[in-house]
Amino acid sequence: MSTKPLKQVILAAYFPGVNNTTVWHDPRSRSQIEFDSFIHLAQTAERGKLDFFFLAEGLRLREQGGKIHDLDTVGRPDSLTVLTALAAVTSHIGLAATLNATFHEPYELARQLATLDHLSGGRAAWNVVTSSDAFTGENFRKGGFLDYEDRYERAGEFVRTARELWDSWAEDELVIDTASGEFTRSGSPGQFDHHGSQFDIHGNFNVPRSPQRHPVILQAGDSDGGRELAAETADAIFSRHNVLAPAQAFYSDIKNRLHKYGRNRDDLKILPGVSFVLGETPEDAKEQARIVLRQQFSPQTAILLLEQVWNRDLSAYDAEGPLPDIDPDVSTTSIIQGRARIHSDPLKIAAQWRALAEEKNLSIRDLVIETSGRLTFVGTPSQVAEQMNNFVQTDGSDGFVLAPHLTPTGLDGFVDTVVPLLQERGVLRTEYETTTLRGHLGLPAAGVIDAGARVATA
Amino acid sequence: MGEPRPLHLAVALDGTGFHPASWRDPSARPTEIFTAKYWTSLALTAERGLLDFVTIEDSLGLQSSKFGGPDGRNDQVRGRLDAVLIASLIGPVTRRIGLVPTAVPTHTEPFHLASAFATLDYVSNGRAGWRPQVSGRQSEAAHVGFHTFEPFEPTELGEPAVDRLVRDLFDEATDAVEVVRRLWDSWEDDAIIKDKPTGRYIDRDKLHYVDFEGRFFSVKGPSIVPRPPQGQPVVAALAHSTIPFEFAARSADLVFVTPPDTAGVDTWVADIRTAERTVERPDAPLKIYADLVVFLDHDRAAAERRKEHLDALDGHAYRSDAAVFVGTPGDLVDRLLEWQTHGLDGFRLRPGVIGHDLDAIVDQVVPELQRRGAFRTEYEDGLFRERLGLPRPVSRYATTAIEHSPIKESR
Repeated sequence: MSTKPLKQVILAAYFPGVNNTTVWHDPRSRSQIEFDSFIHLAQTAERGKLDFFFLAEGLRLREQGGKIHDLDTVGRPDSLTVLTALAAVTSHIGLAATLNATFHEPYELARQLATLDHLSGGRAAWNVVTSSDAFTGENFRKGGFLDYEDRYERAGEFVRTARELWDSWAEDELVIDTASGEFTRSGSPGQFDHHGSQFDIHGNFNVPRSPQRHPVILQAGDSDGGRELAAETADAIFSRHNVLAPAQAFYSDIKNRLHKYGRNRDDLKILPGVSFVLGETPEDAKEQARIVLRQQFSPQTAILLLEQVWNRDLSAYDAEGPLPDIDPDVSTTSIIQGRARIHSDPLKIAAQWRALAEEKNLSIRDLVIETSGRLTFVGTPSQVAEQMNNFVQTDGSDGFVLAPHLTPTGLDGFVDTVVPLLQERGVLRTEYETTTLRGHLGLPAAGVIDAGARVATA
Repeated sequence: MGEPRPLHLAVALDGTGFHPASWRDPSARPTEIFTAKYWTSLALTAERGLLDFVTIEDSLGLQSSKFGGPDGRNDQVRGRLDAVLIASLIGPVTRRIGLVPTAVPTHTEPFHLASAFATLDYVSNGRAGWRPQVSGRQSEAAHVGFHTFEPFEPTELGEPAVDRLVRDLFDEATDAVEVVRRLWDSWEDDAIIKDKPTGRYIDRDKLHYVDFEGRFFSVKGPSIVPRPPQGQPVVAALAHSTIPFEFAARSADLVFVTPPDTAGVDTWVADIRTAERTVERPDAPLKIYADLVVFLDHDRAAAERRKEHLDALDGHAYRSDAAVFVGTPGDLVDRLLEWQTHGLDGFRLRPGVIGHDLDAIVDQVVPELQRRGAFRTEYEDGLFRERLGLPRPVSRYATTAIEHSPIKESR
């Protein structure tokens, strides 16, 4: 029997994204763009006392075969703008924006995040992502300027620079004494001077310290470089490891990297993205999951995903029929643009898929569902609560980023049925006990606290 | 004189007001200017007054009494929040008032600006506007790193090298607004089809690359955000001389001008019309609003005392690019109605002290205008831009969707 105290299960809500797992053709699905959808999901998450609400970022519409991808949800609003608007209609839940370190610049982004932190009373978070593709760069001033190998160098220096800006106003800089006429302590608040390989900027930052000093930093990179950057700089990792054994290995690997940066194991939270399907009975849940997977993989989507392996036009094939006889085209570059290449050895995968289809007598669509479709937690509310709690208590993670498949009602059932069971187990708050996201997550205070003393005595 | 034209009224928000000592006025709330409560309460006050819109000032640098950079003063408001995000916060808590934040087009990515303003239009149900402000401050350029140029002072305008630089900055801003406008149009209004039989979420023939290539940047498109509710959010520029007049005539729907007096109104309006001809503006003429800084009180002497007290606290007699009105709400209404007859569509009032003068605008100036039949008594229905007299345009790309035409299919 373990005597370890129970870990709290951290929960975040992800607004359904622009891939096939978001089911837009269900009668219950509503707009991916209208603000009412964002209000519904964020307020539902807050009703469930979740830690934060999470938005992705889009910088270029996905294309396949030189055409804009049209089968999944396309387009999304600007994340910082939506989250600041949500700050007005929520009171406690954290607000996390995914923002690319390659196609933003530190001064503007740091002040936008500090603004969100001020206007939300300390609820801002930044999911730092990187990219280096010239395809996305076509929408930006500098084009595809960054080498792939340099993407974490830029991201790391970006976060360090942002923190220099957030620390640039001394703790006691704002005096605001109408009698003496002192508004600021010094005549030149917010001084910074950054000279690095990625950024060469200096001057005065113009946003005073925000409630959290530093917004919570999330990171998602999974390569060795990405893990190291996370161990050095992140407060939480949005991980893709949602199967228990590999998740435990990932968890242990990351937590073991913290020591060398002088950080404690609890200073970095690991949060895999997960999906879920609930049912009244275990059998009902399985049937619901089967229906969801059929929705997520329409015939057209099945062909399209097959094309991503075969790297050729397969639109003439019937998704309910057998796999193509021809082999994948490995002679040219990938036909997919706007997202990372998924398959490294298409010929091998094609051979495996053919064998599997033969063995189980699967159509193209069945096979794609069998190989690509995965729902993390399927069961009754009590089964799902138990699986999630077990996953966290056995160090598979510190919590989860929940990705519902329906906009905006996909979290309703979870909050109504699973949340109370987690609360009964004592692993999820019944009321918010803190006002900032750092407080919710149990993270240490951030920022240089004595910067003011340094300036004052200079 | 025919029917009196409806007068449009906006208010400019910046910190605690436009007088640099405004934060020391008893009505000011200087400790709250970095909070949500402050900005939502100001917007709700303005909306109570049925104002057309609020503008929100911004800059990518510290406020300063000097053009060249920080002035070392610690007795004035320093620090500000991102104006687009303040407007976003205000969106869901207001219903009718237009939201026109400032954003600098020359130190930012046009693609991000297009997304942010389109999104502001969504979170406010069609009430977004943008004041693109060109920054010529070298100190601000050094914060961002997109541009390196030698510092200059406004007194050097007219020197060829400085004029060349200023012309380039405005040319770049013109390109940025063009890109943003193309991106707003890059999804046709009916591009999202959710067609279950074919499995298609969008009709991709109704999405368009903007393919902008200019001297300063190239942008491919389409936008990541579908076409905003207004189609084109309102673009409003503040302009004081020929180059910015021409920028406004090329890029904006509405221009703020700063005539010093009634005769000046005629001159400035004529200058705007000249600029429109110079650039061969294809759209309807610019809506012209005059800016006025206002210090209001129940009698003129009281208003003057308030301003003089603030001047003494600051150590300088307050001056502005705009005319400074010190007097009663009734006198201000006389001034507005007189100026309006000289070709103005409306006014943007800059409160000397927001805590005092915003309330005076809403509670005294507006009722006086209403008494004289010159201002709305309730908000009209429709989009923000329609209320300003700007029809909702169809996408510039709407007629170019010929993907299914027989010509193309037979190729």
